[in-house]
Amino acid sequence: MSVNTTPMPPERLLELDDVHVHFSMREGLVRAVNGVSYHVDRGKVLGIVGESGSGKSVTARAIMRLLSKNAIEAGGRIRFRPEPGKEVEISSLPRDGRQVRELRGGHIGMIFQEPMTALSPVHSIGTQIMRTVMLHRRVGKEAARARAIELLEKVQLPKPTEMIERYPHQLSGGMRQRAMIALALSCDPALLIADEPTTALDVTTEAQILELLKSLQAEMGMAIVFITHNFGVVADIADRVAVMYLGRIAETGSVDDIFYKPKHPYTRALLQSIPRLGQAPVRRLKTIPGMVPDPFNAPAGCAFHPRCAYAVPGRCDTLVPEVSLFPGDQSARCHLAGKLPEEVL
Amino acid sequence: MLGYLTKRALWAIPTLVFVSFISFVIIQLPPGDYITAYAAQLRHGGEYLTEAQEAAMRQQYGLNDPILVQYWRWISNILLRGDFGHSLEWNAPVSSLIWERLGLTLAISTLSMVFTWIIAIPVGVYAATRQYSLFDYLFTIFGFLGKGIPDFLLALILMWLGFTWLNMDVGGLLSPRYESAPWTFDKVLNLLSHLWIPVVVLATGGAAGLIRVMRANMLDEMGKPYVETAYAQGLSERQVVWGYPVRVALNPFISTVGWALPALFSGDVITAVVLNLPTTGPLLLQALKMQDMYLAGSFILILSVFTVVGTLVSDVLLAWSDPRIRYA
Repeated sequence: MSVNTTPMPPERLLELDDVHVHFSMREGLVRAVNGVSYHVDRGKVLGIVGESGSGKSVTARAIMRLLSKNAIEAGGRIRFRPEPGKEVEISSLPRDGRQVRELRGGHIGMIFQEPMTALSPVHSIGTQIMRTVMLHRRVGKEAARARAIELLEKVQLPKPTEMIERYPHQLSGGMRQRAMIALALSCDPALLIADEPTTALDVTTEAQILELLKSLQAEMGMAIVFITHNFGVVADIADRVAVMYLGRIAETGSVDDIFYKPKHPYTRALLQSIPRLGQAPVRRLKTIPGMVPDPFNAPAGCAFHPRCAYAVPGRCDTLVPEVSLFPGDQSARCHLAGKLPEEVL
Repeated sequence: MLGYLTKRALWAIPTLVFVSFISFVIIQLPPGDYITAYAAQLRHGGEYLTEAQEAAMRQQYGLNDPILVQYWRWISNILLRGDFGHSLEWNAPVSSLIWERLGLTLAISTLSMVFTWIIAIPVGVYAATRQYSLFDYLFTIFGFLGKGIPDFLLALILMWLGFTWLNMDVGGLLSPRYESAPWTFDKVLNLLSHLWIPVVVLATGGAAGLIRVMRANMLDEMGKPYVETAYAQGLSERQVVWGYPVRVALNPFISTVGWALPALFSGDVITAVVLNLPTTGPLLLQALKMQDMYLAGSFILILSVFTVVGTLVSDVLLAWSDPRIRYA
């Protein structure tokens, strides 16, 4: 697939084109991200769903240029529009250069999975937020402090003026994740990358954090890339969904299309494995047979074919499927997309 | 914080009483006493003490009293009058023997500790941030060599180099002509020209080990998510490394500052003997050999005070640097 060189449409905030990230390991080369393309529009929420090891987080780190040292950025293009009329090709910037550092924290905020360990244990919440504010906004200590208090209030932490003196170990998991969100949003980023922000939290806290993110999104208008393995969370927060499998986007589309008209057998199988309201009673939820393949020996052809109920021998196991487009900006990478038998979901 | 400090300070008292008593007893445990050792020394030189003379000396020094009485006499003099007793061997007050050497010991120790840290911390951080690079391997080799070569051997090599190549007079801390001279600029220069060997020797051994510790700590810390968060905030590599993981990786250093105090006071005896340094180490060794119990006991008491105070200092520093300890 050739890299698309046309300029981004005006509403576009982030566009990934055929991004590849490989890891060179002792056991061999892992193609963790193997040609991923997706896009996020200004102010929209993209949910990225996939099993562990599907490359969701690695893709997100490729956007932030936060990949570990043994990662090989093997191709593709990542473009970002920090402000209208300006376009930055993140993938061509030096990894730790000044421009990338300005984007990080300044235009793109990131929330991590583990609120327990993702905040510095030796700095107070306030210090950590203030440092980011002072770095990107070039303001003094007093202004940064005022901003930190305002942010902690925004994320609904109690007593923000006291909270800025607190250290992470003094807060509960949910409170830490709120502080993390305040940190990520400290400079009004246009894009927030949330890497499984609720996975480590209990269900009640998870719901609260999701509510918070939704209300902050409505208030501040940033776009969100929301990475999760939980379809329910995606349905709650996302406008569009991308389903990833083994380093590729299996299917992408609006939430409604993905949930009600999935075109990829993997999306279907995932949806059948979770209970739904109003579903015809079934004895057992379906499971996807087999395991996620060993990343060192990814299957030939369509990576999902060994576990696919519809796989056609001689085709799915030899040819990598092209992307098929459907109305409503839905696309699926499957030989049988659009030709699958109707099935009760 | 204040309550914590008070509690720790109060606990130090019974600890010190206990340690001082145990050390006093241990010094007396070997068969015989100072008089026996003294008589043996005299016999070695061709003279001898009669039974009656030995008994008279024991009487004079109170060596026949029960150990508790001797201990009480010693400790109460220290506490009430600051009198550490009389060194039997040197026939001089213990305090004059010790304090004289203490200053130089502390100077050498502090200097070598500062050098150790100045070398170990940046090198450890560098080796960790550039893991498996050429310099990482070089520092690793240096680390194992520094750890592997005994200090006294290094001291001998440096002395030989200094003597044959730089034509310096080595050993001791001052050239003979300055020893009783008043403190002048020349004397300080002379001191510095002698000081570098012990400082290099002590710092090499210490730094070699600490580099490895720092490198391992940093590698642990740099893999933690908060470091990635710091990068995601837009901080540069230097800001991230020195502002976040180093802060945490220094904890083991800070918690062992306290041990450095007594270790430097008593430790490196062999190096001090080889280099003929007028520090406390060789004096302690001699006192123990002669069962000069007031001198040895006072040494060990001061040592324990240093240990207890040092540990307290470490704890306070640690609480100051790490909020998880401060508010736990």
